[in-house]
Amino acid sequence: MAFWDYANPTRFLRLVQVVLPWLTGLCVLAFAAGFYMSFFVAPEDYQQGQTVRIMYIHVPAAWLSMMCYSIMAVSSLGTLVWKHPLADVSAKAAAPIGAAFTFMSLVTGSLWGKPMWGTYWVWDARLTSVLVLLIMYLGLMTLWRTMDDPIKAGKAAAILTLVGALNLPIIKFSVDWWNTLHQPASVMRMDGPTIHPDILWPLLVMAIAFTLLFFVLHLMAMRNEILRRRVRTLRLRAATSAHPRSATATAQPAE
Amino acid sequence: MDLGPHSGFIIASYGLCLVTVLGLIAWVRIDKAIQEKALRELAEQGVSRRRPDAGGR
Repeated sequence: MAFWDYANPTRFLRLVQVVLPWLTGLCVLAFAAGFYMSFFVAPEDYQQGQTVRIMYIHVPAAWLSMMCYSIMAVSSLGTLVWKHPLADVSAKAAAPIGAAFTFMSLVTGSLWGKPMWGTYWVWDARLTSVLVLLIMYLGLMTLWRTMDDPIKAGKAAAILTLVGALNLPIIKFSVDWWNTLHQPASVMRMDGPTIHPDILWPLLVMAIAFTLLFFVLHLMAMRNEILRRRVRTLRLRAATSAHPRSATATAQPAE
Repeated sequence: MDLGPHSGFIIASYGLCLVTVLGLIAWVRIDKAIQEKALRELAEQGVSRRRPDAGGR
């Protein structure tokens, strides 16, 4: 079945109904394995001690905060270039989830920073650019709320999302381009990870669990957004029937 | 399990993530219930989609 077949919201909803229980089950299993490995298999770090266990949630949350925005950027291209009917549904549904992961990344990083760096916060390039990412998410969520027509809101948000995507390489390479208190990359490096496998494997399992959690929540939120647009369309139809001359709104593709 | 002298920071981190994830799950579930209720109410008023069983064809 082609990608464009899922441009039909009804067909997409049927797919979600089939996929969601399996994805949820896999997510629960991955978290169970991840937590077990993080607390009972992974050793203490020789410098960080037990505090390294915060990394098993901080790092996946940080990765997901960027992955979520990348998905929103691709969805925005889908809205503006290919005019895929579910693209802005995907982008809108992803924003609150991305904001939550960014928030988790910032707060867990802060809680790790106090015992390790001696401070909760510094205005270095990595921390500041991730804070900008959180503000971008919140701004996009606000933009969607300010416009009543989801199609117009989707286009405006798509442009803003693509502009905001410039922040992604800044986040990634901030630790290389500037002197930061935040350490440089230790997993996604050209010369391979510098972390010992005993710590790396639990981290990767937790990253898989977080990724599955994202897709579960994203599919659920997309389903809700499609239902919301159906409600809106039906209310407009009811209003059109009651007052034919005053109704000017258009039906939405997600109908 | 002994989490050492910084156990408060570790527990706070995991606790905060748990609350945030539970909040996200509650948000999607409550939102779904609200939309489904609205659709039910519209159907009861006789407002329904033109092609309810067309499956998008």
